[in-house]
Amino acid sequence: MITQLPPGMQLERVDERIMTLNVGPQHPGSGHMRLIIKVDGDYIVSCDPDPGYVHRGEEKMAEYRNYIQNIPHLERPVIHDSCNILYPYCLAVEELLGIEVPERAKYIRVIASELNRCVYTLYWLSIYGIFLGHSTMFMWPMGDRELLIDLLEALSGARVTHAYFVPGGVRNDTPSNFEERCLRQVNYFEKRLKEYEDIFYQNPVLKQRTEGTGILSRMDAIRLGTTGSVLRSAGVDFDIRKKEPYDVYENLDFQSQVLKEGDSYARSRVPYLDMLESCRIIKDALKKMPKSGSVRTKLKPNPKGGNDEAYRRVESGRGALGMYVVSDNKIEPYRVKISVGSFRNMICMPYLLKGEKLGNMPAVYWSLNYWPVEADR
Amino acid sequence: MSTIAPEFRLSRFVASLMNLILWILVLFTLIGLPLVFIVLFYIELPEINGELLTPYLALTWIADPSRTLPIIKSLLQTDFFRIAAFPGFGFAALLAAATIYIERKFLAKMQLRVGPLYCGKVEGILQLMSDGLKLISKEIIIPAKADKPIFWAAPLLFVGTAAALVSLIPVAPGWVVADVDVGLLAVFAVIGFFPIITVLSSWASNSKFPFIGGIRALHQMISFEIPLILSLLGIVILTGTLNLTEIVESQQHYWWIIFMPIGAIVFFITLLAELERIPFDLPEAESEIVAGWLTEFSGMMYGLVQLGSYVKLYAFAALFTILFLGGWSGPMVWPPFPQEIITEGITMGPITMKIPGLPLLDQEMLNATLWFVIKTVGVIMVILLPRGVFPRIRIDLLLHTGWYKLIGLAFVNIFIALALLYAGVLGPGGLIQ
Repeated sequence: MITQLPPGMQLERVDERIMTLNVGPQHPGSGHMRLIIKVDGDYIVSCDPDPGYVHRGEEKMAEYRNYIQNIPHLERPVIHDSCNILYPYCLAVEELLGIEVPERAKYIRVIASELNRCVYTLYWLSIYGIFLGHSTMFMWPMGDRELLIDLLEALSGARVTHAYFVPGGVRNDTPSNFEERCLRQVNYFEKRLKEYEDIFYQNPVLKQRTEGTGILSRMDAIRLGTTGSVLRSAGVDFDIRKKEPYDVYENLDFQSQVLKEGDSYARSRVPYLDMLESCRIIKDALKKMPKSGSVRTKLKPNPKGGNDEAYRRVESGRGALGMYVVSDNKIEPYRVKISVGSFRNMICMPYLLKGEKLGNMPAVYWSLNYWPVEADR
Repeated sequence: MSTIAPEFRLSRFVASLMNLILWILVLFTLIGLPLVFIVLFYIELPEINGELLTPYLALTWIADPSRTLPIIKSLLQTDFFRIAAFPGFGFAALLAAATIYIERKFLAKMQLRVGPLYCGKVEGILQLMSDGLKLISKEIIIPAKADKPIFWAAPLLFVGTAAALVSLIPVAPGWVVADVDVGLLAVFAVIGFFPIITVLSSWASNSKFPFIGGIRALHQMISFEIPLILSLLGIVILTGTLNLTEIVESQQHYWWIIFMPIGAIVFFITLLAELERIPFDLPEAESEIVAGWLTEFSGMMYGLVQLGSYVKLYAFAALFTILFLGGWSGPMVWPPFPQEIITEGITMGPITMKIPGLPLLDQEMLNATLWFVIKTVGVIMVILLPRGVFPRIRIDLLLHTGWYKLIGLAFVNIFIALALLYAGVLGPGGLIQ
């Protein structure tokens, strides 16, 4: 008697040539997730990403806390990009509650979020380096990251979980000599980025290895719904900072970085170009920032939203990061939905890895700019 | 007070020491000494210089340098000393240990770190010892379905094969464990043994990632052995010998790297691949296949494989020195032994002691060893350098490099050697000798 099994439990044909590898949560080449990879010799036949190992129910937790209490735990999915994950939440809540943000706070937000983008990208880049077996590229970004972390510590008082953005501005004003210090360190950081170019991006072995692997075409990138650096490396000029400018991004002078190739090399290069662009943005914002003024609009205690909803998104280190906040006349939000770039980029992993060699797996996997904790939320 | 780590008390420590000494004394007088005399009763004592060698006399000789030195000198000539200590395994293991420390500090400097710092107070000089102790103290876990005898044997075989490679290397004139006439062929034979061990151990561990690593190692080693052998043929053609000592002696005036730079480059690249070092560390690529064929080794088994691979590193660097950099040849920089110590003896206050048998080692040999070590350490540093600069290469690119480019270059090198030979520039009866 044959019964029809549900789709997830159907038996599959076993081929002796095919070996199943669990690049699983305890493998040094995976994050907090599992890739079930089937290989035929050295070629990957199929890849099944299995996220969910670090699901923390952030969205449900947000329904039991008021708008201000939500700040410190909503940044937990990606603690080294915490400014950028709080940014859409603050924008959405400001829209719901009708709060006007002071001009100086907007500029400080832009500086903090660009610094945090660099911090995240350096972390990502160092792991990309060690995934490809380049141990120097693991150590250098990790060391240079400290400079920017020091700046963010001076701003917010915490090294990684800043909780710096609040609805209505930022938590506190900059310290007294912040501008000169920021300018000096960012200038130094730009110089260091040029050295990364020499040792890593122009390395012949690296180019040989990653160019032409895991190619994502322009149409596929759009159809699969990728965002951020993955989308921009496939030739689609879509940067939310340009297309839907929030806060003061329309006043600032920068370019969105687009490459045409769509391979692992281009995907790893776009975040690097973004970092160079971030340095430009920070320097420009420091120049245009009002030198004094309020940085935070006073809120009523326990503010209530109306019967309303708001959706705002920003360009984070991993692409579009949106927050959908629904309120129903209470001090807590009715629903907070986080839409993250990591999860969208993960979707194209099975398409890219199919037919690749096993040696390309880390290069393709990590070039997707994927952060497992953020994808699980 | 925790029961795991009780508080330290000096009185308790002294008491335990006294306890220990008591038991040692009791056991020594009751069991140890009687045993010694029982043995001495049955064996025939040797007679040296007309004196009957009793245990008491042997102890007296150790304290007297004029009696000890001849014994040490004759010990230096024995095969046991050569195999275990100087040109053999002890020397190689010492250099290998130094290599690990140098590698860690050197790489740390490249990567803007400090490297080992605390262990041993001075720049982490004892880090290696602590790592070794940690590995020894760890439990050895063997996979349940592993083929146990082969799995156990693999690390030992690996170290043994690496040591076999060391035994063929002449360090100074006359200082070589096995001075065979077909030395270079013996080197190839030993190198050909490594892929077998790798595949055996990876197959025996009965696990997926070691299996893939083993297959990768097999591909890599076999495809790089051909250019390795071909790149050295030029030297054989020009010297007309396979004996490593004679190859060194043929480089008294010029080094082979001057005439065969292509061969040297090909040999260096294949050497990196044979040693599984970055950028050719595919069999141990941790982001793809955990640790490759080393995945299932734990504790001291892993330590032995690491020791073996660093001994192998030394052996290959020494081979490069011997074949291309003139081995031990170099200007005489070692100071001569002061003659007045031999003729007049050492004066210490009122006593003047004449010690026969000095000097222990002659100036030639010490100078040769010095140059050999300097050159070898230089080659080792160059082997370590790519680790800080290059990412890992992919298997198909590796095979492409091995089969297309390196073999072609090796043939170019052979043609250059043949041209030099037939033009009468080099080789037997050539213009330059």
